[in-house]
Amino acid sequence: MADSSLVLIAAQGVSAAASYLYAALGESVGQRSGVYNLGVDGVMLMGAFTAFYSVYSGQSPLMAVLIAALVGAAMGLIMAFVSVTLKAEQGISGIGLYMFGLGLSTLLFNTLIKTPRPVDNGFGKVPIPILSDVPIIGTIIFNQNLLVYGALLLVPISWFVLNKTTFGLNIRAVGQNPQAADAMGINVARIRYLAVTFGGAMAGVAGASLSIAQTNIFQQNMTNGIGFIAVALVYFGGWSPLGILGGTLLFSIVTTMQLWVQTLGVPISPSLVSMLPSIVTIIALVLAVSLYRTQTPSALGIPYRRDEN
Amino acid sequence: MKTRFFALSFLLVAVIVSAGLPRSTQAQAAATMAATMPALTKQFKIAIVAPSAKNDIAWTESIFDAATKVQTELGGKDKLEVTISENLFQVPDAAAALRDYAGQGYDLVIAHGTQYGGPLFEVAKDFPDVSFAWGTATDVGTSAGLKNVFAYEARAEEGGYVNGVMAALLSKSGIIGIVGPVEAGDAKLYIDGFKAGALASGKIKAENVKIIYTGSFGDTAKAAESAKTLISQGADVLTGSAQQVPGAITEIQKAKGFWFGTQTDQAAGWPDAVVASQAYDWAPMLKDIITKRLGGTKGGVAYTISLKDGGEKIVYNAKVTLPADVKAAADKAVADISAGKIVVPGNPAMATPAATMAATMAATASK
Amino acid sequence: MLSMGKPRIIGDFEMLMQTLTKRRDILFPILVPVLAVLAALGVGALFLIAIGSDPLIVYGKLINGAVGNTYSQTQTIGKATPLLLVAIGVCIAFRANVLNIGVEGQVIVGGLATAGAALGLQNLSAPLVVVLSLAAGFIAGGAWAGIPGILKAWFGVNEILSTIMMNQISVYLLIVLLTGPLKDTAAGTETANIIQTARIPEALWLAPLIPRTAFHIGAILAVLAAFAAFFFLWRTVAGYRIRAVGQNPRASTYAGISVRRVTLLAMVLSGSLAGLAGAVEVLGVTHRAMQDFSTGYGFSGIVVALFGSLHPIGAIPAALLFGGLLVSGSKLQSVGVSSAMVTVLEGLIVLFVVGSGEWVRRSRRASAPTAAPRAEAVPTAPEVVT
Repeated sequence: MADSSLVLIAAQGVSAAASYLYAALGESVGQRSGVYNLGVDGVMLMGAFTAFYSVYSGQSPLMAVLIAALVGAAMGLIMAFVSVTLKAEQGISGIGLYMFGLGLSTLLFNTLIKTPRPVDNGFGKVPIPILSDVPIIGTIIFNQNLLVYGALLLVPISWFVLNKTTFGLNIRAVGQNPQAADAMGINVARIRYLAVTFGGAMAGVAGASLSIAQTNIFQQNMTNGIGFIAVALVYFGGWSPLGILGGTLLFSIVTTMQLWVQTLGVPISPSLVSMLPSIVTIIALVLAVSLYRTQTPSALGIPYRRDEN
Repeated sequence: MKTRFFALSFLLVAVIVSAGLPRSTQAQAAATMAATMPALTKQFKIAIVAPSAKNDIAWTESIFDAATKVQTELGGKDKLEVTISENLFQVPDAAAALRDYAGQGYDLVIAHGTQYGGPLFEVAKDFPDVSFAWGTATDVGTSAGLKNVFAYEARAEEGGYVNGVMAALLSKSGIIGIVGPVEAGDAKLYIDGFKAGALASGKIKAENVKIIYTGSFGDTAKAAESAKTLISQGADVLTGSAQQVPGAITEIQKAKGFWFGTQTDQAAGWPDAVVASQAYDWAPMLKDIITKRLGGTKGGVAYTISLKDGGEKIVYNAKVTLPADVKAAADKAVADISAGKIVVPGNPAMATPAATMAATMAATASK
Repeated sequence: MLSMGKPRIIGDFEMLMQTLTKRRDILFPILVPVLAVLAALGVGALFLIAIGSDPLIVYGKLINGAVGNTYSQTQTIGKATPLLLVAIGVCIAFRANVLNIGVEGQVIVGGLATAGAALGLQNLSAPLVVVLSLAAGFIAGGAWAGIPGILKAWFGVNEILSTIMMNQISVYLLIVLLTGPLKDTAAGTETANIIQTARIPEALWLAPLIPRTAFHIGAILAVLAAFAAFFFLWRTVAGYRIRAVGQNPRASTYAGISVRRVTLLAMVLSGSLAGLAGAVEVLGVTHRAMQDFSTGYGFSGIVVALFGSLHPIGAIPAALLFGGLLVSGSKLQSVGVSSAMVTVLEGLIVLFVVGSGEWVRRSRRASAPTAAPRAEAVPTAPEVVT
């Protein structure tokens, strides 16, 4: 192998970061509009299952991602309906959505596939010509599967949409001060519906990325809490796409590194090493908080009631 | 010196086992397991309470498959009813299910998890006419005054050793990887056995048997990531345990390497990668329990399945061609383990002879 | 008053109905969640029919499994006990606007500490050991929550992030201890497919109120804790400060309240109660710490707290309701409904009940128009400060 261990660790970390990245970026858009969705993990599971089942029954991987996005959007729509129209408490709605997604994806799996089976035509590595030959960076970034490229591209796209378009401005206005936004003629409910549904769609893609790009398999509860970590990473990134990218890469690369450390035969309990990603993330945030101030969407978690100004 | 001590203590246990009252020792259980069953005159009902999913291609699937296999052999649902409550990883929920089934008139209620022992003994006390089976365990509840509990366990390390022997011979890179769940119990026994088998050939260096524990039993994605890590370090043969392994097997299949399975036969899903699996076959044991119960014995027997009694089988995947010398080495390992010529680390004869003796004597005394 | 010429009982009934229709603030909080559960079960029935089950049989079992006989009832109470303790803690934290998502980890750490203390001190006199090991769970849970508490109050680290990460860490801590210092070394466990501590001696168990059931003294402890928390939140200065900081941190600062200290206090108290939940579960039900002994109590506890309108007393019926649902849910498998379907039903019920909350709030606002709109609104809107 030409590449050093560190390069290989980074490359594997970047590839594993894709699911976190889709889920966290989608969630951050919803949160920017004032709605936090703790049910990301359940939406991811539905996305992971539907994408896997699509490929399993002969669809192309791209079609499968589209289907997963639609299913995720539908789950996001449920969240939006409960939290925006019915003005329900968001944390608990998210937990309900999580349970629903966890149960339904397992139910569908047990009914339609029954036992863990791999697919062999998920997303494979697509080295980008020329760029993948660049030393170090080429291996780390430009020799990945399509969904990893998609996730990385989503970072500048969401930054641009949030900061440079009217739509993004509206999302931030609604999350910052819905009363003022409403007075300016922005339809608060509509914007929140769009943002939360988008978040759901991205969580669906995150699931697809897990089941048909990262692993090529589906199993019940296969996210194992990735959705919750993704929510945490939104806070880590301070709602900024770049910050989220940083947090995601940090968590994912340390997770990979932790696996490598175990193979070195160092006599430490593997479970102690497994704590590293979480500990490093917390410490990193402690250090980062002193460096940058984040802009919290001040209406986050508060249902908007026009009659209550 | 060391080997002689182990051999001696193994011999000692064997002597005690065979000298004990013959009706309910492990040796005897193995012998009767092959016996034909009496015809069922009325429906026999089995309920299984298990900590993971019935399709986990691991621990829970091994018992569920065995029960459905016996069901087919006996003539279907009308003869043998099999019901399962799966995913009951919380003991109070499992306790409720055990009591529920016992109260519903099931003949045999299987508590398929070591952690269910506490509530199991309480329920068994309240339903003396119902038979219970508890695994993995060796305690049939004699000291608690129970006569209606069977216990069972598998010697996971034996098949692990055989798999390890083959893995070492098959590996071209000389690097073998293991994806483990948590460093304990059945998984650890299997992994220790595998490692011993791999090193026995002398072909593999100890530091080239690389182990990653995911810290979870069901984290499929992390198992996949662990496999990727092992593969990028040069491993071309992998094994692993618990319900998370589909993630890892898929990775090694992608990399065109080989996989060795445990607990159930895993070849069906990954025909290109799985060379062989150590499969737990609880069917002979279940048939024996049914026979015993129909004959009036409600419990008191502790079963251990091993390569010797055929409860553990090395199931080969016909789609992967195995070089003759590798197959021969595996067959020799199976024969040597069965004959007691090889004592695999983790075997109670080696680890805690006193514990096995106590368990065996408990089983013996209960009858 | 009584209408003329009508039989008295009908008059009474009419009056009752009139009162109830007028007092929607009393009627709605009871009626709406019940209707919501029924609606959720209605949607669930469609799922059940789709997978070929008879909804009537399944729902009959659902009720019967929770309250059908004494044993089921004790199980429901047994399940409600840790849920209630967790929920009380969540009430305190959320009232201070501290979103403690880490209760799951605090339950684990509390249970571990209790098991460790009970096993380590078992040679002392039994009542003393019980008290000490409960205290160990209480303190350990509080200390574990204290870390994200300090991180939030002094370092500005968002508690949702830190508590989710702390949950991950606690799961691995459980494994480290159960495969290391606290490992069960009894005979016959070397082949076990689970990791656990040794069994705690029977003398140290929390005495069951009905022999050999999960209904143990811990249930009384939990109810007492609920009333204590109620008293604490509404009758003490510290409790007032917690609520004040939760409603308006800026105004509280002007009023001379240290928001940092109050945040830490709320976090630690809520962690202590979660730790106590783990302690009670270990000493009362599982009698050892083991893998998965607390899985799900965290999230269920948060749901219970919010079902109970973030009120410690309201959490009591909510814990019984949700405890019953979890208990009977796990039994549905014996009538052929998969555990996945049970999870779907639970998710639907949570979504429908929380979704119906707005009608309850409207009824409250309608009958108390002069009250400050958001002062007592349920639950406090989390304003996340990073």
